[in-house]
Amino acid sequence: MTAKYAYYPGCSLHSTGSEYDISFRAVCEKLGIQIDEIKGWICCGTSPAHCTSRLLSLALPLENLRLAEKMGTRDVVAPCAACFARLKTAQHEAAEDHRIAEQIREVLGGPLPASVNVVSPLEIFNGGTNVAEAVTRQLPGLQVVCYYGCLLTRPSKVMQFDECEYPMAMDNVLRALGITTLDWSYKTDCCGGALAMTRTDVVLKLTHDILEEAVAVGANAIAVACPLCHVNLDTRQAEVEREYGAHYGLPVFYFTQLMGLAFGIPPEKLGLQKHFVSADALLSQGDSVGATPCGCPSTGRPHGAAPTSAALTSDF
Amino acid sequence: MESNPTTVSHSQLAEAVLRESGQNVNLCYQCRKCTAGCPISYAMDYTPAQLIHAIRLGMDDLVLASKTMWLCASCETCTTRCPQEVDVAKVMDAVKITALRRGIKPAIPQVAAFYKAALANIKKCGRMYEMGMIIGLKLRTFEFFKDAGMGMKMFRKGKLKMVPSLGGALTTLKIFQRVKRIEKRSEVK
Repeated sequence: MTAKYAYYPGCSLHSTGSEYDISFRAVCEKLGIQIDEIKGWICCGTSPAHCTSRLLSLALPLENLRLAEKMGTRDVVAPCAACFARLKTAQHEAAEDHRIAEQIREVLGGPLPASVNVVSPLEIFNGGTNVAEAVTRQLPGLQVVCYYGCLLTRPSKVMQFDECEYPMAMDNVLRALGITTLDWSYKTDCCGGALAMTRTDVVLKLTHDILEEAVAVGANAIAVACPLCHVNLDTRQAEVEREYGAHYGLPVFYFTQLMGLAFGIPPEKLGLQKHFVSADALLSQGDSVGATPCGCPSTGRPHGAAPTSAALTSDF
Repeated sequence: MESNPTTVSHSQLAEAVLRESGQNVNLCYQCRKCTAGCPISYAMDYTPAQLIHAIRLGMDDLVLASKTMWLCASCETCTTRCPQEVDVAKVMDAVKITALRRGIKPAIPQVAAFYKAALANIKKCGRMYEMGMIIGLKLRTFEFFKDAGMGMKMFRKGKLKMVPSLGGALTTLKIFQRVKRIEKRSEVK
């Protein structure tokens, strides 16, 4: 059985979030899921579009769905949570508002895509695909908190994705692979997103809150499904540490990278070397201690603090 | 997106928001769930609930000069939790669009500059070309050294491209031009 999807990577997966693209492709190959990149895709417009022009913000995503429809594929997979949200929102609003739909048709110079279904990879891996069968490597040292961010689940009326305040889709995928995921209260709290470029102070505060909570519940890694979340949690983590005098060293994985590791795909083929906070120490520790459920050298502190210094220094 | 027709308003700004976003702020009964859930309300000059109230009262000057909508990260927590199903995040977008249309100087100019730099980039390149967008933003904000170290490291790790792809540039150019034409045609200040 080969499931087939049109693949909309979006801009981030070709640049700042390229490891999400690499690892998603690797995991799909392993599971026999066929993904064909949409030819000639364009940017979904993201926040700058919907903050300045409603028509533009709906026309850009729908042009991409039109291109997907031309490929003869009914299902479109969008791993970037922000793209996923814009594609779903455009479909929703065009269906609800005939006046704007007419304007979008005029912009695109043709009919709107009629029968395209937009999905997140989490929906693919949760439904029907037996991910557990492909597992070849145990990762007993990991204590992961799944961070869903804003745009996968909100607003629920549009996204129709999981439970909007306390989603479990990512937890369920990782748990099916034997990876421990922890309950925590920051699953869908905002990291500040694109404000990082302009009001970095706000992003540092929000990211600090998220990292603090992750450590407080005993996590030694964070899993994400959004390239904006990843940039703020991983790339800016050292900045948060400086600003708040804290020390986290928490590796931030795309959930597809964790899937790839469990499937025995080598780390470099999952783009792990692109992370700012290295996961090398955490992962080698998991291997050496084997069955030890925590994998955390016994300091008095909860997990999460332990791999910090090694993880940070190994990458600079 | 028909709003409740039984709720009327004498505020022109509320009418503008309704036209722009389909959102009727007069449905708000000030429960302040939007404000309680907003992760950025601490940095705003008016909370989301206050801004909505000011829109209803027709306090255009206060609303359009506020920092609130420019700080909104569009996380949609407010939208999800509003018991009256007012899409508060969309109201924030509509207020920004109205302010820009009336030529009011944004209270957080960097955010508006970021939108402009990003859109100019998408229009020309088809896809976001981060390096070009960052340069465009710095030329607008004069913050030349902000995040320079981080940018270098991202570049070394292959997270920033040297050259844009330009694959869909003709498509986006056409879309941007047509959107502008339609918006001009139907513009109400």
